[in-house]
Amino acid sequence: MPLIINDKQLVTPGDLLADGEYIGGENTFQEKDKIYAARIGLASILGKRVYVVALKGCYMPQIGDPVVGKVIEVEMSGWSVDIGSPYTAMLFVSEALDKPFNPRRDELTKYFTVGDIILAKVISLDRTNNPILTVRGAGLGKMTRGYLVSIASVKIPRLIGRKGSMINMIKRETGCSIIVGQNGRIIVSGRKPEDETLAISAIHMIDREAHTSGLTDRIAEFFKEKKLGTNNLVKKEG
Amino acid sequence: MSKKKVKLVNKKGLRSDKRRLEELRPISIEVGTLDKADGSAYIEWGGNKILVAVYGPRELHPRHLAMSDRALLRCRYHMAPFSVDERKSPAPSRREIELSKVTREALEPATFTELYPRTVIDVFIEILQADGGTRCAGITAASVALADAGVPMRDLVAACAAGKIENKIALDLNDVEDKIGEADLPIAILPQSGEISLMQMDGKLTAEEFQEAFKMASEGCMKVYEIQKDALKKKYATISTELEEIEPEEKEDEAE
Repeated sequence: MPLIINDKQLVTPGDLLADGEYIGGENTFQEKDKIYAARIGLASILGKRVYVVALKGCYMPQIGDPVVGKVIEVEMSGWSVDIGSPYTAMLFVSEALDKPFNPRRDELTKYFTVGDIILAKVISLDRTNNPILTVRGAGLGKMTRGYLVSIASVKIPRLIGRKGSMINMIKRETGCSIIVGQNGRIIVSGRKPEDETLAISAIHMIDREAHTSGLTDRIAEFFKEKKLGTNNLVKKEG
Repeated sequence: MSKKKVKLVNKKGLRSDKRRLEELRPISIEVGTLDKADGSAYIEWGGNKILVAVYGPRELHPRHLAMSDRALLRCRYHMAPFSVDERKSPAPSRREIELSKVTREALEPATFTELYPRTVIDVFIEILQADGGTRCAGITAASVALADAGVPMRDLVAACAAGKIENKIALDLNDVEDKIGEADLPIAILPQSGEISLMQMDGKLTAEEFQEAFKMASEGCMKVYEIQKDALKKKYATISTELEEIEPEEKEDEAE
């Protein structure tokens, strides 16, 4: 009796997933040869790997993640940034400016100030230190226009879709530029407000129905319907 | 309360609420009742009505409580002033402080707090209506709320009490039985491994009676565990259990 569950089965913490010869992936834990689920989610099997796709959970930063953050404090040598995780991130001046920073002549608030929304990348973190961000890189830095939408961070892989299929469809159908942070925050900006609201309702639909099958088709259908004008009531959210 | 002698078990072996000795009160759990909380549960266990909210893992204030190797689990068991016959002062009583502590200790072995160092997981247990056995109902609902919040857990924690009324061992005592009865033995277990995370006793039981009560309470816990799992699954019942494979490399940078 090596495999106890079926693929894509809903599991709760403590459910036995597999016994022997399998490798426990994310959101599982192992006791002797047995693999158990550690979170509520959908059990998935990939070769010999058994893991759980979480349905809920807070954002845990990973090195290299693009995140959309909000500056919450200006400090001596940088900014504290809320990235929607249990840990407040730090952005140091050295990671924001190309020139050396002279605190006697220059003001940090000139670059970023409290309330600014920034797109940054996580460059370092460990168990004892809060994440450190950088805004060096293409497209990173202060975000000046667009709508900020928040969804659960565990649903971001679904929003992007396989090889970016889902996100590219939304971009194509609405003509909006969509910036996705791994922390569940998304910046949507388009030429017309109607385009933006359309993209936002599609994003909320994905958030709500993230774990159903055939979602890509349903989103395509949703756009088709909107285009035909059968439903002009775009739910304004976000 | 009147001093009149109340008969707890009748000739047919039925209790004051027409239950058999080894019968649980009806239990229903609703998951995700609160929008603002990260996880929540509402339990109705006989006459008990309890709301549980879980927040976190989140940043811990005050900072000096933070532990560098794990998250702090902070529990608050609180009875609403209107939850009992006579108004209860809303300030935490000695009893509530103790129950907050035992609840925390009952839940802690089940949670992977070491995954979130320096943070806090807050659990608020609010007793809206009390009818005996609130600590067990509170722990049961709290573990469901923790799972709903997406906190990684070893197992759910199921709790149930057994006791002695009129010289008979009975499962899941209600308020009257608890007050007039001879003994009460609330336990909480991690059903997969059978580990015990809470065991208290008031009153007197012989060794044999204790064994019998413990066995009865454990069996009660297993029934509670099934109800917990069903409640958690019910929340997602409408979603189809199919999912496109999401491979890790798709976590690509979408910045432009």
